[in-house]
Amino acid sequence: MLMLEKRPTPSRFWLYATPPVAVILTMIAGGILFAAMGKNPFEVIRTIFWDPVFGEFAFYLRGQLLVKAGPLILIAIGLALGFRAGIWNIGAEGQYIMGAIFGASVGLAVFPTESRWIFPVMVVAGAFGGWLWAMIPAILKTRFNTNEILVSLMLVYVAETILAKASTGFLKNPEGMGFPGSRNFSSYPAAQNGFLYEPLGLHWGGVAALVTGVLAYVLLTRHQAGFQIRLAGQAPRAARFHGVSPARLVVLCMGISGALAGLAGMFEVTGPAGQISIDFNTGYGFTAIIVAFLGRLNPLGIVLAGFLMALTYVGGEMASTNLGLPDAAIQVFQGMLLFFLLAVDVLTNYRFRLAVGAR
Amino acid sequence: MDFGGINPVILIATLMASAVPILMAALGETVVERAGVLNLGVEGMMVIGALGGFIVAVETGSPVLGFVGGAVAGAVLSLIFALLTQVFLANQVATGLALTLFGLGVSSLGGQGYNGIKPPPTTQLLPDALADLPVVGPIVFGHDWVVYFSIAMTAVLWWVLKATRVGLIIRAVGESHEAAHALGYKVNRIRLMCIAFGGAMAGMGGAYVSLARVPQWVDGITAGAGWIALAIVVFASWKPWRVLIGAYLFGGITVLQLNLQVAGSGIPVEYLSMAPYLITILVLVIMSAGRKANGAPAALGQNFHASR
Repeated sequence: MLMLEKRPTPSRFWLYATPPVAVILTMIAGGILFAAMGKNPFEVIRTIFWDPVFGEFAFYLRGQLLVKAGPLILIAIGLALGFRAGIWNIGAEGQYIMGAIFGASVGLAVFPTESRWIFPVMVVAGAFGGWLWAMIPAILKTRFNTNEILVSLMLVYVAETILAKASTGFLKNPEGMGFPGSRNFSSYPAAQNGFLYEPLGLHWGGVAALVTGVLAYVLLTRHQAGFQIRLAGQAPRAARFHGVSPARLVVLCMGISGALAGLAGMFEVTGPAGQISIDFNTGYGFTAIIVAFLGRLNPLGIVLAGFLMALTYVGGEMASTNLGLPDAAIQVFQGMLLFFLLAVDVLTNYRFRLAVGAR
Repeated sequence: MDFGGINPVILIATLMASAVPILMAALGETVVERAGVLNLGVEGMMVIGALGGFIVAVETGSPVLGFVGGAVAGAVLSLIFALLTQVFLANQVATGLALTLFGLGVSSLGGQGYNGIKPPPTTQLLPDALADLPVVGPIVFGHDWVVYFSIAMTAVLWWVLKATRVGLIIRAVGESHEAAHALGYKVNRIRLMCIAFGGAMAGMGGAYVSLARVPQWVDGITAGAGWIALAIVVFASWKPWRVLIGAYLFGGITVLQLNLQVAGSGIPVEYLSMAPYLITILVLVIMSAGRKANGAPAALGQNFHASR
């Protein structure tokens, strides 16, 4: 009979091998799912994973990759810092929405002033909005020991109602002929997050994501705070003896992840989304959880994982228009990826051994 | 007898029905957490149960079979969680989140083609003669069978956890898996069964949303009820009767805010619809403030690997 045996030290091989193995397993299971839906699995997999990078329309789709990957990477890096320390902020979607609302509000408040200071101020406001929203669960956690998972998640629903109020009420376009939604930022250059280099889909959000990846890597591996984060996650008792204040860590990790999610929302709403609308948010805050794990909670890994997940979005849209694959199938596909990842991950800390005879 | 357009008798009767989904899911999760497992996938199991129950009820024409179908769908999905956390020893928080994301995806994929259909109705259990009595009629006699079933389950689980051997084993596994293992109990197998039970309860709760509350199929129909159920378990300090109280309080707030929306209270609709979530947060804060251990099972969220 097969038995699990704990490894004396985690396997370095499986630490790096887990994500590719999980992706391959997901492709196989996804292929079976697509086949069961009456699609040619090879064609679907090719459309999702190959065509956006090397296919006929790759010149356009390659740019879309960074557009989707940017917010995912930004949010996932913030989440990963917390996850490493055992702080579970899963309300990034709400922080993303609040960042977008704060950032957009600042821009719309001064419409139609043209000044080059507007956009930087909006960036700060966006980060502040996300940070503020994340501080609610953080303070409740440190002051009252309230579960941050549940509070941050409840705040997603609150943020969604505020978003609905914003797009039908206080941020509604006065010239929108009664339709919900704010003014479109594409017609307001000073506040617009336009493309810096269109063929790569590079806008300020993409720049922020890549820079944050490097900064977070340095923070985790070379800085005292990063050491404390890793220590608190792996050995909470040792961390306390080392003098790490759990409360400060919660505020730090939640604050960073909230600010990054807020930034992502702000860049999205002033760029690709274009305006505040009831459903401009597309669940990046939740998908980023998968990205964080797929990247092994390592900032550089997350950058790669962000691109892979962006591939499933861009390719999934292709598969939906060309092959009639429902959008929900991609959501299932992404969920499966996380399952396989968590399952294969057992091999990092354990090995299978054939147990013979007595037990 | 009306207060600002709201009849208290009807309010109580509706809140009992509207609390059923979260009550069922929270009761299931109570057992799961008492066994030391934190399954954050309640929302996913509920939404899968809502779809599974809806499909079975529509295809067979029997609402009762629909609830069974919902329970089976929830339990099957929960087995993925059980497999990952009990066999592959994956992190419970991450796996629970994955279960919710996956469940939402699968349900919206499987629900295509079921939009806009009416399910067979789940009707009042007792004869009209009883249900038409003033005051007690609507509150005590006017419900469908699931409402009574959910109350009965509260009593059964209270009794099982408090007074039976099975309950003792579940609690032992949840408080100290090392000790339970040393006594010869199969920790992971017991936990697996509890997880499946929790899945069935959540699935049935979900089925009540799509079969009785709404009743039709819409994407993401449970709208966060699973997360509220998780909060209610904490609120209830892992005790079944308090789960019932929590679910009814919450059901009351939901019904009240809906009634206030209809009655046109002057409070903007958006603020009313965020009220249930804000009040949940408030209750969580009150419950967790000032106490270090609020009755949470000692081994909650920790995986067990028998090294010997």
